Amino acid sequence: MIIALAGNQNSGKTTLFNQLTGSNQHVGNFPGVTVEQKIGALISYSDVSIVDLPGIYSLSPYTSEEIVTRDYLVKQRPDAILNIVDATNIERSLYLTLQLIELQIPMVLALNMMDEVYANNGSIDSFALSNSLGIPAVPISAAKKQGLDELAETVLNAATKKTPPQRIDFCSGAVHRAIHAISHTIEDHADLCGLPARFAATKLVEGDELMLAALGLSDNERHMIDHIVSEMETEMDTDRESAMADMRYQFIEEACKISVVKPHKSKEYLLSAKIDSVLTHKIFAIPAFLAIMVVMFTLTFGGIGAALSRLMLIGVDALIEIVGNALVLNGYNQVVCSLIVDGILSGVGAVVSFLPIIVTLFFFMSILEDMGYMARVAFIMDKPLKSIGLSGRSFVPMLIGFGCTVPAIMSARTIPSEKDRKMTILLTPFMSCSAKIPIYSIFCAAFFSKMQGLAMGCLYIIGIVLAVLAGTAMKKVAFKGMPGPFVMELPNYRFPSPKSVLLLLWDKAKDFLHRAFTVIFLATIIIWFLQSFDSRFNYVVDSSNSILAGIGKNLAYFFTPLGLFDWRIATSLITGFTAKETILSTLGVLSGVSAAELPNALAGMFTPLSAFSFLVFVLLYTPCAATVATVKREYGSWTGAAFTMGFQTGFAWFAAMLAYQIGSIFV
Amino acid sequence: MTLKELGIGKSGRVVSVGGEKALRRRLLEMGITPRTIVTVRKSAPMGDPIDIYLRSYVLALRLEDAAQIAVEEVVT
Repeated sequence: MIIALAGNQNSGKTTLFNQLTGSNQHVGNFPGVTVEQKIGALISYSDVSIVDLPGIYSLSPYTSEEIVTRDYLVKQRPDAILNIVDATNIERSLYLTLQLIELQIPMVLALNMMDEVYANNGSIDSFALSNSLGIPAVPISAAKKQGLDELAETVLNAATKKTPPQRIDFCSGAVHRAIHAISHTIEDHADLCGLPARFAATKLVEGDELMLAALGLSDNERHMIDHIVSEMETEMDTDRESAMADMRYQFIEEACKISVVKPHKSKEYLLSAKIDSVLTHKIFAIPAFLAIMVVMFTLTFGGIGAALSRLMLIGVDALIEIVGNALVLNGYNQVVCSLIVDGILSGVGAVVSFLPIIVTLFFFMSILEDMGYMARVAFIMDKPLKSIGLSGRSFVPMLIGFGCTVPAIMSARTIPSEKDRKMTILLTPFMSCSAKIPIYSIFCAAFFSKMQGLAMGCLYIIGIVLAVLAGTAMKKVAFKGMPGPFVMELPNYRFPSPKSVLLLLWDKAKDFLHRAFTVIFLATIIIWFLQSFDSRFNYVVDSSNSILAGIGKNLAYFFTPLGLFDWRIATSLITGFTAKETILSTLGVLSGVSAAELPNALAGMFTPLSAFSFLVFVLLYTPCAATVATVKREYGSWTGAAFTMGFQTGFAWFAAMLAYQIGSIFV
Repeated sequence: MTLKELGIGKSGRVVSVGGEKALRRRLLEMGITPRTIVTVRKSAPMGDPIDIYLRSYVLALRLEDAAQIAVEEVVT
């Protein structure tokens, strides 16, 4: 049995999902889109699955979240819909409810946050509301676990008895007549497509192009529908979309008049307004935001996260030593030892040591998101991002990109619009991640010793400027004409739910480890293999004879226009794919020098100009294996990941080439 | 008058909602329908977007979109 959980953003949907399913969940993507699909088994009913649908406000055909939800409900026809609404904000929440009811799937309404309604001397007569809507309504508090047993029982009952909503007519007058007439006209077509006629008719009145295309109507029928709608518009003296929205809200207002006693302004709202008077204040907002970010970054990359990461690394090193010694003692041959120690353990170990940083970062992020602060950040930072076709929602993921691209891309998932999410994922790698800092500092010290700070600053700015250019281009080409209005609810500040935070951390950690042991594991083994064998598949001790060096030598031609003639450079860039830090160690190994002698060795390989071109290339070229795996995960396909790799590398090549060629004119 | 011109702290009654298709639909769905009372609470530090209070909740929208909403001022 399948129950679909639907509701607005900020309605407490995730909290309810977590309460109903416990930790027994798994996460995937809806086919073909970067929209997350979570499924969990109802506690103590292992045969009942709950599908968490995206948080949406309507079933219109404009965002991929809405289209996915609609397709899912229409095509999969779950046994019941559990519609959760924020009872403190009931009018707007019921707008989605009315559209869901038209689907004629057994449905139950969960009135969430009833504790807050009561605490503010408000009330909702759930019996009267249930009568008006024709579906059962259960008052609950998901956060305080109140009413959840009754809710589960009611939903299971509706699903088993297959009781459809008892009322589908929410309109009167001209709109009612139009829906009725269209419903008759298209009944056969709707049946053929397996669509409820009523739902299809309402969507046609709203002028829904997707629905029009899906039904396969004849020209004659289309004309008839147009005629019916224009008659309705004339009679009502308004257009079709306004007429439908107005009609639904009128019905909701009438229903609420009977059953809802609204508090004037709730305590939670007044408290939120007070907090907002600082956090979104004209002058204090940005300093407050910066302060919060500094604390978060310091604790993650400098304090807790980094300390845990070091511990992890010590553990990994110890393990490598123990395993290495054990292998040698037991007389395993050199190749096996090298595969296990240099390939698998060091490769995966380096990546796994990121884990504490990712978990710490998500700990803070999810608290800020749950509290409602991230919506404020989007509000404060919207203006600068508007010009490249994004919204304020993309600001935090991009900022995290300066720390590590992997959690940055993972955090893009909280962006409500798919278009923005995809663009953010593509642009985040332009923000120079912290793994590149050692490379920058060694090169800047070796070649630009008089202006190290300036040179490093320049690199960061080049990344940001190119992101703006790429964003502007994408807005005009790839994402052209995709609507994404920035109309966003600012929910009341709330105390974050520890259970939700912990489940999210568990989820992210599991996800990352899964990737570390699949994609990243494979990537490290391939690089190890290329580095340890020559073209006759003989094991080599000196890696300058390896297949990888051979590839590097061939690729050197490709890097000639960039001023990077030395094959060792090309080779180091390939190993940089496993993790950017590797670039330095490869350069060291191939030059046969220790880390301390590396700056001198570099002076022989680069001129200041080619060093700059190299840094620009490193700044921009394909993100590391962990990032590519994350992009694949978020896009749900290899296409997006391959595109990111190709796009970034191509961009890097051109930028570095321009830097070198233009520079050569002056130097 | 439009919602953009209404001014911070002022309330207005929605007269009509305009704008490009998807935007307009979104505004209507979020409850900005004719006769709804909305109050402008504040604007973001850089002047855009603004946040408004309606139907017991707070909504953020950009000035260019607020300019598509015709309102008449209501004195409270």
